[in-house]
Amino acid sequence: MSVFRFSRKQLGIPYALFLMFFVVAPLLVIIYYAFTNGEGRFTLDNLSGFFTDPNTIGTLFYSFALAIVTTAVCLIIAYPIAYVLARSNMRHKSVIVMIFVLPMWINFTLRITALKEILTVIEGNLAFHPFLNSVIGMCYDFLPFMILPMYTTLMKLDGTLLEAANDLGASPLQTFLKVTLPLSVPGIVSGIVMVLLPSMTNYVVLDMLYNSTYIMGSLIGSYFAAYDWHNGSMISLILLLIILIFTLFTNQYEDDTNARGGAIL
Amino acid sequence: MKKAFPIIFLSIMIAIIYMPILVLVVYSFTDAPNIGPIHHFSLHNYVTLFTREELTSMIWGTLLLALGSALLSTILGTLGAIGAFYSKKGTTTFMNSMNQIPVVNADVVTGFSICILLIVTMGVSKESYIPLVLGHTVLSAPFVYLSVVPKLKQMDGSLYEAAIDLGAKPSVALRKVVLPQIMPGIVSGFALAVTLSLDDYFVASYTKPATFDTISTYVVNATKGSQTDIKTALWALSTIIFAVVILVVVIMNLSGRRDTKKDGKEASI
Repeated sequence: MSVFRFSRKQLGIPYALFLMFFVVAPLLVIIYYAFTNGEGRFTLDNLSGFFTDPNTIGTLFYSFALAIVTTAVCLIIAYPIAYVLARSNMRHKSVIVMIFVLPMWINFTLRITALKEILTVIEGNLAFHPFLNSVIGMCYDFLPFMILPMYTTLMKLDGTLLEAANDLGASPLQTFLKVTLPLSVPGIVSGIVMVLLPSMTNYVVLDMLYNSTYIMGSLIGSYFAAYDWHNGSMISLILLLIILIFTLFTNQYEDDTNARGGAIL
Repeated sequence: MKKAFPIIFLSIMIAIIYMPILVLVVYSFTDAPNIGPIHHFSLHNYVTLFTREELTSMIWGTLLLALGSALLSTILGTLGAIGAFYSKKGTTTFMNSMNQIPVVNADVVTGFSICILLIVTMGVSKESYIPLVLGHTVLSAPFVYLSVVPKLKQMDGSLYEAAIDLGAKPSVALRKVVLPQIMPGIVSGFALAVTLSLDDYFVASYTKPATFDTISTYVVNATKGSQTDIKTALWALSTIIFAVVILVVVIMNLSGRRDTKKDGKEASI
């Protein structure tokens, strides 16, 4: 038979090619640009430049500090919300969960605009407290992404385990520390993944709040604006490495629930 | 007392989260140029929003881009998921890992790398919209793939075999047997693709034509500018988007509930 035989496997070919051309190839080009100079020669200047320039290395540490504080604050606010939502037996619970998740469907630039107006009324000039306002802005932006995975994990928690702990004489605090908290680790890790990396890279939040940014993402933005593809690629590559290490580390704890994907309930 | 505490706590959190949006909603119906004393009720923000050329073309452009890139993502992602599902284990793992890259990657890096490949290296013009549409497809297609794969796994595989045994061509069996079973995954993948495109700032800012703006890039520029009438018109836009989101959520919930009654098992997944 000379007729082309249709096979289900072949349906995946367009998408596989798409991923190779527009996901893998751009990353290879980034690596090439990161290690070459304007004349196309191999160089390590971009790499050593990053680690010797006090501005760029300072940005790296500032990003880490901001990301860790933002994630911690988000976690402290989101965990009790997720816990109360999951454990209580309120009527219309699904509606209340929806109310907490709903803001993530409103364009984030519009939400930050709203926040900026309110903060300006309360504080005056937002540039006086850049770190504080960065944390507030990012927490406001990312909170739903932190609540959702933790809520999903806590919902799955087997209630009979809590009863068993209670029957065996554990106090409510002991039950929480020894049963609930360890079992909610996958949700906590998912939530951290959703918040930590964006708070190192989402420079628009800071840019909108007080017209100045000092995190890793903004370095890419400023090199892009200056047509400096080589240094911009080096920053991207360093971010990629941070993401890779972070992903390998968190993969072992994480549930397969992805909050961004789980947004459509 | 013990029962009241969670309700009070949740109410306070909801009040904090919604206060900024609700303040803008109220002020969008006034003539106030800032959050401050209100003098008169006014609809001029809405008039500006719907009559100013740059605002209307920005809104339509954003919607068109979201629907177009979501359609492309849905076709690619769905076919990819079906292909990967029926491939050998190694191929499937390879597809899954490639698919995971844009999901875990920072949007800044995704946008910048596509810009470097298409615009800087290959010389594709930004003005052709090709980098922008492809960029948004890269952002969304992996999530379509991820929402279709679980539906394929839950599917009863013997139905496809039965259709083939009863004489259906593979393409017909795929269309009439497989497709209906994974439809919920395709639909939610499409919806997710639309919202990802609507919410994106970074990929658009690195790949868009100079004169084209999405809502995100427009809003960011507007907050730096000093045009008060544009700024307050965006309050009206926030109000409308807020209303639309609530409406969509309510409709989704109601139709979801009807499905639950019809077929409790399927809707709960």
